[in-house]
Amino acid sequence: MAIQDKYEIHEHDVIVIGAGGAGLRAAIECSAMGAKTALVCKSLLGKAHTVMAEGGIAAALANVDAQDSWETHFQDTIFGGKYLNNWRMVELHAKEAPERVRELERWGAVFDRTTDGKILQRAFGGHTYRRLAHVGDRTGLEMIRTLQDKGVHQGIDVFMECTVTRLLKDGDRVCGAFAYWRETGRFVVFKAKAIVLATGGIGKCWKITSNSWEYTGDGHALGYEAGAELVDMEFMQFHPTGMVWPPGVMGLLVTEAVRGEGGTLKNSQGERFMEKYDPKRLELSTRDVVARAIYTEVKEGRGTSHGGCFLDISHRGAEYVKKKLPSMYHQFMELADVDITQQPMEVGPTCHYVMGGIKVDADTGASRVPGLYAAGECSGGMNGANRLGGNSLSDLLVFGKRAGAGAAEYTKRAAPPTIHDAPVEEAAREMTGYFGRPGAADPYQLHLDLQTTMQNLVGIFREERDLQAAIAKLDELKRRAAHVGITEGHRLYNPGWHLCRDLRNMLVCAEAVARAALMRKESRGAHSRIDHPKYDEYWGEHNLVVRKEGDQMKVEPRPVVKTDALKPLVEEKKAKEKQ
Amino acid sequence: MSTRTFKVWRGDQTGGQERDYSVEVEEGMVVLDAIHQIQRTHAPDLACRWNCKAAKCGSCSAEVNGRPRLMCKTRLDDYPGDAPITVHPIKAFPVVRDLVTDVSWNYEVNKKIPAFTPKKDADWVMYQEDMDRVQEFRKCIECFLCQNVCHVLRDHNLKSQFFGPRFFVRMAGLEMHPMDALDRSELLKTQAGLGFCNITKCCTEVCPEDIHITDNAIIPLKERVVDKFYDPLRWLFGKK
Repeated sequence: MAIQDKYEIHEHDVIVIGAGGAGLRAAIECSAMGAKTALVCKSLLGKAHTVMAEGGIAAALANVDAQDSWETHFQDTIFGGKYLNNWRMVELHAKEAPERVRELERWGAVFDRTTDGKILQRAFGGHTYRRLAHVGDRTGLEMIRTLQDKGVHQGIDVFMECTVTRLLKDGDRVCGAFAYWRETGRFVVFKAKAIVLATGGIGKCWKITSNSWEYTGDGHALGYEAGAELVDMEFMQFHPTGMVWPPGVMGLLVTEAVRGEGGTLKNSQGERFMEKYDPKRLELSTRDVVARAIYTEVKEGRGTSHGGCFLDISHRGAEYVKKKLPSMYHQFMELADVDITQQPMEVGPTCHYVMGGIKVDADTGASRVPGLYAAGECSGGMNGANRLGGNSLSDLLVFGKRAGAGAAEYTKRAAPPTIHDAPVEEAAREMTGYFGRPGAADPYQLHLDLQTTMQNLVGIFREERDLQAAIAKLDELKRRAAHVGITEGHRLYNPGWHLCRDLRNMLVCAEAVARAALMRKESRGAHSRIDHPKYDEYWGEHNLVVRKEGDQMKVEPRPVVKTDALKPLVEEKKAKEKQ
Repeated sequence: MSTRTFKVWRGDQTGGQERDYSVEVEEGMVVLDAIHQIQRTHAPDLACRWNCKAAKCGSCSAEVNGRPRLMCKTRLDDYPGDAPITVHPIKAFPVVRDLVTDVSWNYEVNKKIPAFTPKKDADWVMYQEDMDRVQEFRKCIECFLCQNVCHVLRDHNLKSQFFGPRFFVRMAGLEMHPMDALDRSELLKTQAGLGFCNITKCCTEVCPEDIHITDNAIIPLKERVVDKFYDPLRWLFGKK
């Protein structure tokens, strides 16, 4: 039977996979440019991880600090990324973020205000000026709701709770995707001239994580399998402040806005330990530095009884804290019995964000695969070795729009694609194959083993023998994953079945992180090697690129993408930071 | 470590029943942790929705011991003793499987609400006092617990004539936005069925974001509708 008789098929110019900030913004742009657009997402619309972003959107609006400019934002971002960022991306981001924020306001977003009625901006780690437009501590929710409400009136076809398992190709170019409806388990084929990946991160590979079940690196793995390159995969951001107690909430995010609003970090001896690690920026140092500092304090015996440190905002007064950090107040009150207006919080590092992702063209979001685009966390280059807080939400908007435009533009000149039967049938066989496998490996146990491996061997501090051990362990997990299966239930909304497939993506991402981390023999940004504790000149000029060659994962260094015109700005920052 | 019994509703559109699961209890554990443990140890196919696990996404709505709650925010030590804890899907929407319900109706309703439409001459100077009012409504995480407990939807199933509290909150956020130019009172009076609400405040009581749905959204909207359609002076002299 031909596939069109067998499967539900939808035809569009562009399909956007993922409906967080980047995916929504990309879909809005595509559709505004006249492309017939589908938005496919694993969860219900409006539930994507963007809602977890709390602190704000970084944009040099200069509403609070008039001296701010795109140049300073550019320099802060490059310095935060330890000079490995794609310069052009950082330039576009710094220049366009203010307009993207104002656009959000024109679409109905309701930001906190200055006394003269402008968008208020708050301080954040690594930003020279007060730069983060925000809504209390729920900025991501405001952003996603605004985009969602804008999107529903624009004729975008939304496919909720629909998981893409493969990208389909017609020769070199992408021509569609194979997916299943989570609700019914039925298969669906999307035919499209272009695809925008906006699937977010890979944080579910670690045990202590602020990320949700969705963060299984789908876009990274789908892109990789389809021939795209991944860049900077060794750089995984551990957010300095996750909850550490009680056990059930371990890893849950505590927004950087607590420190932005004046929160201080202390160890069990009452020492304000950031004075040792970054006397200039203290608590508002970059995330890599603060996370390592907390980790070190705990490891050297100066941690709290639950293995964290203290974060205190109580000096700002109860009313102020409740007004500016309402969800933190409720989160601690309800989940940990801690009143943060009176007592300190206990916090420790939690896996949060992957800097690495699909290598894209800065201006259009195009990968090296014709028709395949990426934006947001699943793309790489913008953040280099470490992302500054607040740069994620602005990244989603700036590059979501650009990737959407890039894809829509491409569809104008691309011929209609052809979907071939064989890869579709193979994708269907893969999904049905997880059922009825005798002696199948348990997906939950495999996932736990993967998380334990990454947590213990590819964490904040790394060294050669751990990374070697991780790669060997991942090999074993891959072999076990070939026999993973589900014995209970059927295709109707079956999370065990879904996890069987998600595991494959996570294993690709975990391996890419471990292999790149092994190759980078230096410490830089979020990548800290105990056996190579210093910066290295060669590695300061090179990114690591991961790609698939046959069945093998290849990793190779590639010079950092620079722009001549931006050299003076970069040099100026380097000189300033050396003083 | 102690154990606790959970009675979780398992089934689909064709019917179902409670099943007992034994869960090992840790300090500070929430109901969603227990559901995840059941998936890992007893029932890998147990269907539930969740995302953030931090009460920010509104995915994990369920009825715990008969009370509509977010599972991620419901601590086991809120239920002292060792009596079994029951977990059922929310009732106002059709079951898909286990704890997952079909909430797609809400997304269809949302499409009927005219989008934010800025005034032609908007200068975007807005003050925090005006924002406070709108920001309260924008806190909504779309958990649909208010829809679930509203008797117009839950008991009378008037989904074709009534938008429900969630969407009155959304419309209040638009109507009270200082830069919005549209007037949605005609829609509120007719298709949205605002008049069906008789302000029993069930929605306000279950809102995990503490939005004063009835007092701050629904009642002011009702007043707007009254002003527009029933004001005797306007009626006599004609509406501008």
